[in-house]
Amino acid sequence: MSDAAVYFSLTSDEILSVHLKGTWQMETDVPSAQSVMEQLKQHPSIKRIVFDATALGAWDSNILIYFLEVSKAAAKLDVAVQKDGLPAGVRQLIDLATAVPKKEDAKQSVSREGFFARVGSEVTDFAKSTGDLVTFIGAAFEAFVRMVTGRARFRASDMGLFLQEAGAQAVPIVSLISFLIGLILAFVGVLQLSMFGAEVYVADLVGIAMVREMGAIMTGIIMAGRTGAAYAAQLGTMQVNEEIDALETLAIPPMEFLVLPRMVALAVMMPFLVLYANLMGILGGALVAVGMYNINILVYLNRTKDAIGLNDLFIGLFMSLVFGILVALSGCLRGMQCGRSASAVGDAATSAVVTGIVAIIIATALITVVCSVLGI
Amino acid sequence: MEKKEPYISVVDLTMAYGDFVVMRDLNFTINCGDIFIIMGGSGCGKSTLLRHMIGLKSPAKGDILYGDFNFWKAAPAEREQRMRSVGILYQSGALWSSMTLAENVSLPLQQYTKLSKKKVREQVSLKLALVGLSGFEDFYPSEISGGMCKRAGLARAMAMDPEVLFFDEPSAGLDPVSAKRLDDLILQVRDSFDTTVVVVTHELASIFAIGNNSVFLDPESRTMIASGDPNKLLAENHDPRIQTFLRRGEAEGDAGDE
Repeated sequence: MSDAAVYFSLTSDEILSVHLKGTWQMETDVPSAQSVMEQLKQHPSIKRIVFDATALGAWDSNILIYFLEVSKAAAKLDVAVQKDGLPAGVRQLIDLATAVPKKEDAKQSVSREGFFARVGSEVTDFAKSTGDLVTFIGAAFEAFVRMVTGRARFRASDMGLFLQEAGAQAVPIVSLISFLIGLILAFVGVLQLSMFGAEVYVADLVGIAMVREMGAIMTGIIMAGRTGAAYAAQLGTMQVNEEIDALETLAIPPMEFLVLPRMVALAVMMPFLVLYANLMGILGGALVAVGMYNINILVYLNRTKDAIGLNDLFIGLFMSLVFGILVALSGCLRGMQCGRSASAVGDAATSAVVTGIVAIIIATALITVVCSVLGI
Repeated sequence: MEKKEPYISVVDLTMAYGDFVVMRDLNFTINCGDIFIIMGGSGCGKSTLLRHMIGLKSPAKGDILYGDFNFWKAAPAEREQRMRSVGILYQSGALWSSMTLAENVSLPLQQYTKLSKKKVREQVSLKLALVGLSGFEDFYPSEISGGMCKRAGLARAMAMDPEVLFFDEPSAGLDPVSAKRLDDLILQVRDSFDTTVVVVTHELASIFAIGNNSVFLDPESRTMIASGDPNKLLAENHDPRIQTFLRRGEAEGDAGDE
């Protein structure tokens, strides 16, 4: 239904009349400015383009685009463009669009850096962010020392709230996950063990795996996704709202007032959560053993008791403490580094979770290797 | 009111983010009892200048003097001490969202004084009453309107009865009536407490209503191009950049005249 058309006539050798006809709207097909170019090429004598809009129907910004394209092409060939023949509204809009000359340096320079330049800047960025991390750990430790000596400034009610958030409120999800992990371990293990008729040893497998590694790792990962992300988002939002500035100008160090209670709360609650996760995991294993392989529950529990040494428990709890600190550190660090926009808060939360989980896995590897070298 | 004692002097101040210079060669003096306006177009560095004056960002070059006290050359502990007599209302209010209004206003008091709990409570009620928020002690910032947040922020800024109050875009996001009420409040606070007031704004109505001294920052030349009473600037300074700004885009002598 597009009736937009354009035809040309030469008023004289030097003047090209462009006759516009029909409806020129955004969703109608309109002729391209190419045809004007061709006219200009055919008649190099043309010095001026005029418009005739007597047959023009409804129009919108589409006609402006046409005009601007024509005048851009004409400018290259030193041909003048007169907009007198166009409707008054179009003329006004054209004036508006051409009033401020295009600012050439306004665009962000998307200079393509060379490969080595990019590698170099990545390396220096990495060095800088490592430096930031070390500074942050130092500041956090300093704040901790001030707390131990009773000089840190934070609100006891905040601490209580964070203990509750990182502790009691995490119990349901920790229960579910660790129960299922124990169950899965038992399923996979018992299948292999039954080949030797040694089903009862599934208690050893589940018990040691949960207490020594899995309880701490799974709880750490849950807390990274749950609490680490929450810390980053909370602190990031406070950064956006200038709340952290407001603390700084009152000479209240955000490190003590905001970061310290969060870190302490998570570091305190993690071992408790892991202890509880261990128990749930063992119960999950017991369900499989008792329910599917008819192992007596007392036998299962006895085997578990014999299998787990105190050193296994302590290694697990030690790891949980380390994970708690790592997750809280990465959450708080990303939150405090957050920029001043909504998307920056999202980035901070994402990055807190990623950093937290990576840190947990690396720490597990280190601790496991060290323990096996030391033979504990 | 005409005691022209300098309260804050900005000397040869250059502000920069890394290599990017925001403003250079700023020189002006804020006298005791002034309502001093920092004005200029959007994004020209008004808020950055404010951040330099309240200790959040250190200058690339130059000094900020509070009386004889050289703010950025002093030890951090002295600077913190100095900030006791400074109150700040941030652009977004910046109330601590996890605390009630009463806790927000009482935190500066707890930080700087050894007042008893009862005394703190009295102070808090008074400051909230002064800004018309009596009875809102136990509300959280998210439960009250934007205008009320601004006023609660002012109550927090006034908690320590400061010698100087800084306002970052006080009327941003407020309807004209609330903005006018906030202006009146600023005037009343100045008159009653003899506070020096520094306001970052581009709200023309506020500039003329409350300002008696000002500095004009120009983003193109990256420096200040005028200072003085805004009403006098309008009448006497014929720099087209200033006239255009103060007349909302109309050039001098246009129909925009009264």
